[in-house]
Amino acid sequence: MTAKAAMRKQFTLNPAALEQLFSVLESHDFQIVGPTIRNGTIQYDYIKGCKELPSGWTSEQERASCRLKRRKDDALFGYVPGADSLKRFLHPPELRLFRAERENGVFRILDNPAPAPKLAFVGVRSCELRALSILDRVLAEDRYPDAAYVAARRRIFIVAVNCTEPAPTCFCTSMGGGPEAGGGFDLLLTEIVSDNQHVFVAEAGTSEGSGVLAVLNPGEVTKEIMAALHEAMDRSKAAFKREVATEGLRELLYESFDHPQWDRVAAQCFLCANCTMVCPTCFCVTVEDSTDVPVRRAERWRKWDSCFTQNFSYIHGGSVRLSPKSRYRQWLTHKMAAWVDQFGTFGCVGCGRCITWCPAGIDVTEQIAALRGTAAPAASDGAG
Amino acid sequence: MNSDTGMKPKIAIFKFASCDGCQLSLLELEDSLLDLVNAVEIAYFPEASRRMLKGPYDIGLVEGSITTHHDAERIQRVRRESKTLVTIGACATAGGIQALRNWKDVGEFVRFVYAKPDFISTLKMSTPVAEHVPVDFELRGCPINKLHLVELIGAMLAGRKPNIPTYSVCMECKRRGNVCLAVSASLPCLGPVTQAGCGAICPAYHRACYGCFGPMENPNPTALAGRFEAQGHADRDIMRAFRMFNAWSWQFRQVSEERERR
Ligand code: SF4
Ligand code: SF4
Ligand code: SF4
Repeated sequence: MTAKAAMRKQFTLNPAALEQLFSVLESHDFQIVGPTIRNGTIQYDYIKGCKELPSGWTSEQERASCRLKRRKDDALFGYVPGADSLKRFLHPPELRLFRAERENGVFRILDNPAPAPKLAFVGVRSCELRALSILDRVLAEDRYPDAAYVAARRRIFIVAVNCTEPAPTCFCTSMGGGPEAGGGFDLLLTEIVSDNQHVFVAEAGTSEGSGVLAVLNPGEVTKEIMAALHEAMDRSKAAFKREVATEGLRELLYESFDHPQWDRVAAQCFLCANCTMVCPTCFCVTVEDSTDVPVRRAERWRKWDSCFTQNFSYIHGGSVRLSPKSRYRQWLTHKMAAWVDQFGTFGCVGCGRCITWCPAGIDVTEQIAALRGTAAPAASDGAG
Repeated sequence: MNSDTGMKPKIAIFKFASCDGCQLSLLELEDSLLDLVNAVEIAYFPEASRRMLKGPYDIGLVEGSITTHHDAERIQRVRRESKTLVTIGACATAGGIQALRNWKDVGEFVRFVYAKPDFISTLKMSTPVAEHVPVDFELRGCPINKLHLVELIGAMLAGRKPNIPTYSVCMECKRRGNVCLAVSASLPCLGPVTQAGCGAICPAYHRACYGCFGPMENPNPTALAGRFEAQGHADRDIMRAFRMFNAWSWQFRQVSEERERR
């Protein structure tokens, strides 16, 4: 536990108090987004109450594979969430920027974007908080802030959850993070579930969080609960399966421009862009204008884009990244090297989404190991 | 186009071997159809009107594949009469589902199906329009997305590039918020090699993509077939997955033939 976290006062909440948390948030006009079961997986969605959380379920993840499984207990947060992250809600996949009309030679912009809803996110993980701070750096703190993102971002409330059961695809511990949330939340919960107890250790990260926590009549943390908390987190930290050696990674990528591994990965890669769609930090968008047939009305839409498409690098005369290998190389080199020069951190938080949701079974940690020459190039033989 | 001069561009719709579904999507445009007939002159559309104006036409929309000697000659005339020639749908663009005959003996089908086979005159193969004449633009799909037709004509009238995606169905699938069937259920989904445009309808209803929109830009069907195999799908099923509406597109053809030979 970080020094800062250790100083925060911790309380306990029972499952009933968690139900109450939903009502409190709703009474503050928040729409609640949390993990829920949808089409055989656990995904973030709009939810109404605790009963929509995946109580007693977990999700088994490996490369190119995600399966729902029953748990032996009633844990509410005993899994790593699915493909979506907060990105879908704060930097949406499709957004109309404006509509316009032309009448008698006069051009008018018809509408401004609707005010952003107040969103409360429940069950947010440490890697997602770090991804959010990366999106903040790119979309809110640069010279040209993204108005839609800033408006939505300003009005959120975050109930984070420490990861007691990382997935085999997780490698946040390599990317400067870990299963414990360090900051960036309003409330933080750690779920403790055993044969004889089901309790949440709660702490506030902001004054808004303290305010909400106070209403829930939290209990004191006993010695036993404290011991169970430490044990749960120690077990979690020991459960990580994947890692990336990050020392000199930026230099390694810059020096690997001609590495034969790019050809090997290009032979497996579909250029389908799933990896960038699910990545909580990939922020690229394209802007499309459309007109109606009489050319009287026009709309400007913004959509998630990807460096894996041909149009992405289209400049006058054509696309500058025509070969599949140049696109995979661009993606990985931006994430793990150029991002550092641009924004001061890696563009990857080690959430493992691109490993689970790549339908080709390509594993970013293996690609990096292969570039380092520390592992045999991976075969695409993922479970599934 | 002629919109500045006040002359409405003339549009013609030609049918070859097809089910008519793509040209019907023009009639299904509802409100946009009224806009369309105001903005352009529908000069030749036998499916909808008996009035048939002579060419040349500004835009020729071609539905259907080439399957007879007569059609092979007719498409040459259609090309000569159309300033811009656009194929609409999988038949015109890739040969359609009827291109499955290209791997079989069509004479045998004729003898089996028709009481008087002598009356039937047909080519051995069903081929896409582009194998006969140059094509300016393709609208993919089986059937096409009718909004693409509006987008294409609107873009031509406005003098801009149409927004017709050439990337994967997966991108639309993820934007839509579908749960990936390849990852969550090991289904043999063609989304990763298929061009977007349908809005990822099938995965939204728990059906793996059938590849209606044909191969995307830079597709890697060999790798996808390898992936299907690793998930336990048999060569015969893999071959069949690629032998659908766009079976004769060279990228899908190559991999289905490779699986057939195994
Ligand atoms: S690159 Fe992969 S592991 Fe890293 S943040 Fe993106 S999705 Fe997660
Ligand atoms: S790495 Fe995987 S998810 Fe990304 S484009 Fe390639 S095949 Fe698709
Ligand atoms: S369901 Fe199919 S189309 Fe959708 S992301 Fe998965 S592989 Fe791609």
